[in-house]
Amino acid sequence: MSARGRVAAGLLVAGLALGGLATAGLPAFYESFLYIIFSWIALATSWSLLSGYAGYFSFGHGAFFGAGMYTTATLTTALGLPFLATLPVAGVLAAALGAGIGAVVFRVKRLRGELFGLLTLAVGFVLATIVLNTRIDGGPGVYLSAVPLPRLLSSPTGTLYLLGLALALATVAAAYVIAHSRLGLGLYAIHDDEDVAELEGVPTLSYKLIAFALSAGIAGVAGGIHAMYVSYVTVGETFSITVPLYVVLMSVLGGARHWLGPAVGATIIAASLYAFTGGQQAVLGRAAVAFVLILVILLLPEGVVPAALARWRRWRPHPLEIFTTAAVTPAPAAPAVALTCENVWRAFGGIQALRGVSLSVEPGEIVGLVGPNGSGKTTLINVVSGYYAADRGRVVLGAEVLTDRPAHEIAGLGVSRTHQIPRPFAHFTALDNVALAATFGATRLTPGQARAEARDWLEFTGLGRRAAALPHELNLHERKFLELARALAGRPRVILLDEVLSGLNPAEIAGAVRLIQEIRGRGVAVLFVEHLMRAVLELCDRVVVLNEGTVIATGSPHEAMRAERVVEVYLGKAHVVA
Amino acid sequence: MPSLTLLGQAVVSGLLAGGIYGLLALGLSLSWGLLRLVNLAHFALALLGAYLTYQLGTALHVAPWLAMLAIVPAFFVLGMGFHAVFTYFRVTEFTSLLVTFGVAVILESLIQWFWTADYRRYETAYATASIRVGPLFVPTLEMLACLTAAVLALATWAWLRFSYVGKALRASAEDPAIAAAFGVNHRRQAFLLSGVSAAYAGIAGTFIALISTLAPSQIWAWVGVVFAVVIIGGLANPIGALLAGLLIGVSESLTMAVVTPAWAPLVSFSVLILILIARPDRV
Repeated sequence: MSARGRVAAGLLVAGLALGGLATAGLPAFYESFLYIIFSWIALATSWSLLSGYAGYFSFGHGAFFGAGMYTTATLTTALGLPFLATLPVAGVLAAALGAGIGAVVFRVKRLRGELFGLLTLAVGFVLATIVLNTRIDGGPGVYLSAVPLPRLLSSPTGTLYLLGLALALATVAAAYVIAHSRLGLGLYAIHDDEDVAELEGVPTLSYKLIAFALSAGIAGVAGGIHAMYVSYVTVGETFSITVPLYVVLMSVLGGARHWLGPAVGATIIAASLYAFTGGQQAVLGRAAVAFVLILVILLLPEGVVPAALARWRRWRPHPLEIFTTAAVTPAPAAPAVALTCENVWRAFGGIQALRGVSLSVEPGEIVGLVGPNGSGKTTLINVVSGYYAADRGRVVLGAEVLTDRPAHEIAGLGVSRTHQIPRPFAHFTALDNVALAATFGATRLTPGQARAEARDWLEFTGLGRRAAALPHELNLHERKFLELARALAGRPRVILLDEVLSGLNPAEIAGAVRLIQEIRGRGVAVLFVEHLMRAVLELCDRVVVLNEGTVIATGSPHEAMRAERVVEVYLGKAHVVA
Repeated sequence: MPSLTLLGQAVVSGLLAGGIYGLLALGLSLSWGLLRLVNLAHFALALLGAYLTYQLGTALHVAPWLAMLAIVPAFFVLGMGFHAVFTYFRVTEFTSLLVTFGVAVILESLIQWFWTADYRRYETAYATASIRVGPLFVPTLEMLACLTAAVLALATWAWLRFSYVGKALRASAEDPAIAAAFGVNHRRQAFLLSGVSAAYAGIAGTFIALISTLAPSQIWAWVGVVFAVVIIGGLANPIGALLAGLLIGVSESLTMAVVTPAWAPLVSFSVLILILIARPDRV
């Protein structure tokens, strides 16, 4: 059975067993004990969709949970809607709230990491204040005791139990599907390096919005159900710090990047908290949970589930995955086209990095871009790949204007690049690093196909035996070639190479030069930024010399490098002493 | 529209409340800005300091300033102890948030275990003393707290600006490797700073014991506002933390006077959200 089939079967069996337990007449105490665990599983797992997978730690999960609670409370009491009908509304409203916050916040690059966390914390407080001071609550709280509960089972706790179970299973299933989909792959890449993910073709903004909306929506539904469970909704309880903090703890404890991690963490913490209910015992229980949290974060920073899986694999070695290697050598996907920059300008504050640069690269041509440090070479690559916007001028690929498109679209059109300092995704193996580029590049492969093809690219760059290595296990030379393999895997029409040779020894340089010649042989247009003149002279069909953001010479390598202006820039002016 | 006297009184009490915010923000701002540790336990330490002052005062009749004399060095050592754990386990900026959250919960539970969740009030003879300035009343204790915050902020600023240790700390915060290459012993200075930051929490705690009613859950009430203050003031900027504290204090108390008390919490968070979105590079 495939892994997907096993997970589906596992969830189905768990659902039937737990569902059957309730119909068989579970004592109400156990029903509500298990309901609490289900509710936490749904909350923690939904939290991890954005915060675990993409690394945007949110402390605002309580806000979406609370939005759901108050939606159900208001709609059932003030408008008399049936309880079950309010649940989708609660989900949609909470999702809209999440997406709305995301639409503002995700546009600000600096708002990542702990700043995003603090901002979402503030959102919870703001929402609480608004609810408290408007007619939604107004202060006294909302009673739902008169709201009729549909009888799915004989007892009301049984009904809530089933609803909680269904939501928990659906959330875990969604977490599994997302983790193994294009969306999940993109979110994991965002976690490791968002800028590179965007440059590799991951539509980062829309993926984050989808994950945030989904995560908030599930929390909203959980809140809607919980409103019925508590039957008396107050601002103080709803928006307390408990929900946002516990979901973080549960997910981190279980392993926030693993689809099952948060569910495991939620079960452990929720069950152990229940053991300490009542009076002073609860106080000790909370302290014990906090202490365990500290230990886990210090000793198992990746979480219980990933740590256990790693141990299991060491104990029972995993059979290596068999790849159906496509025997063909990879070829470019789309017809070859030329890249043209027309009068490109770009300034950083007062510094004019590019002053009207024009150049073109034909298919199957290697154009060397040379010039002293600070002459604007890397800036030009950043403008072409969409990392920076051009102030003026345009960049054209065949018939498509690239300027002002987001970077991921440019990557999707077939422009790929390497980074001067290799920037692999730290939690991805070498194979997955390349597979990501194949998934989101010009070819749009499914993650499965991409992994098979990534193998070929690793072989092509001589990294075949390092496929399972993590980037930190690779040396500089290997990481440089990994950059190259990743740039090729999208099957680009244009490839921008930013100092791929720097730091390599002569033998490695010879190997890289052969590779680049082969890439050119496939009809790819190559823009080659390099300081190493020997390689420039050997490889390039044409050379463009930049100085202070202006093109000062173009032509065949020998011609351009002998131009008077170029010699002057590199060696200084010859002064004749009279 | 409320009368001018009422507005003036609101500004005065806002400034005084802001002094406490500034005092709490000071230590947090230092450890976040210079050690890259986001210390949620800071609030719990401050509250622990408050309860210790209360306990020493009510059970043993120790005067608050004497209690402070005992608490400050004890907290200094405690802060260094925490830092020893953090460095041993190589806690990063983000995991520090989770670990110190755990520490805060443990401290909160300890406080609740010893002093229960009931409200506690430290009654002193001078608790209600105040100075009259024209039509306005200025409570003496809160003014003292505010002045202490101002003195500490200025002293810390001068320490960071002019002393060798301060310069070394700022250099390490910017680039630890380069600072180390120039002979800065970051480890030692980091211990010192952690101690100082915890000691500030102790000082804040003593004033909190004298000024406000104590309850264990108070820890979480501060988190949002004080983080807002830290970010608005700029990390590792003592004067900024104080001024931001005063700004938030005044705007909260003006909202209470002009609109209604219930909307006051919205002020600090709205300012925080606006600043984060408009000027994220401040942090």
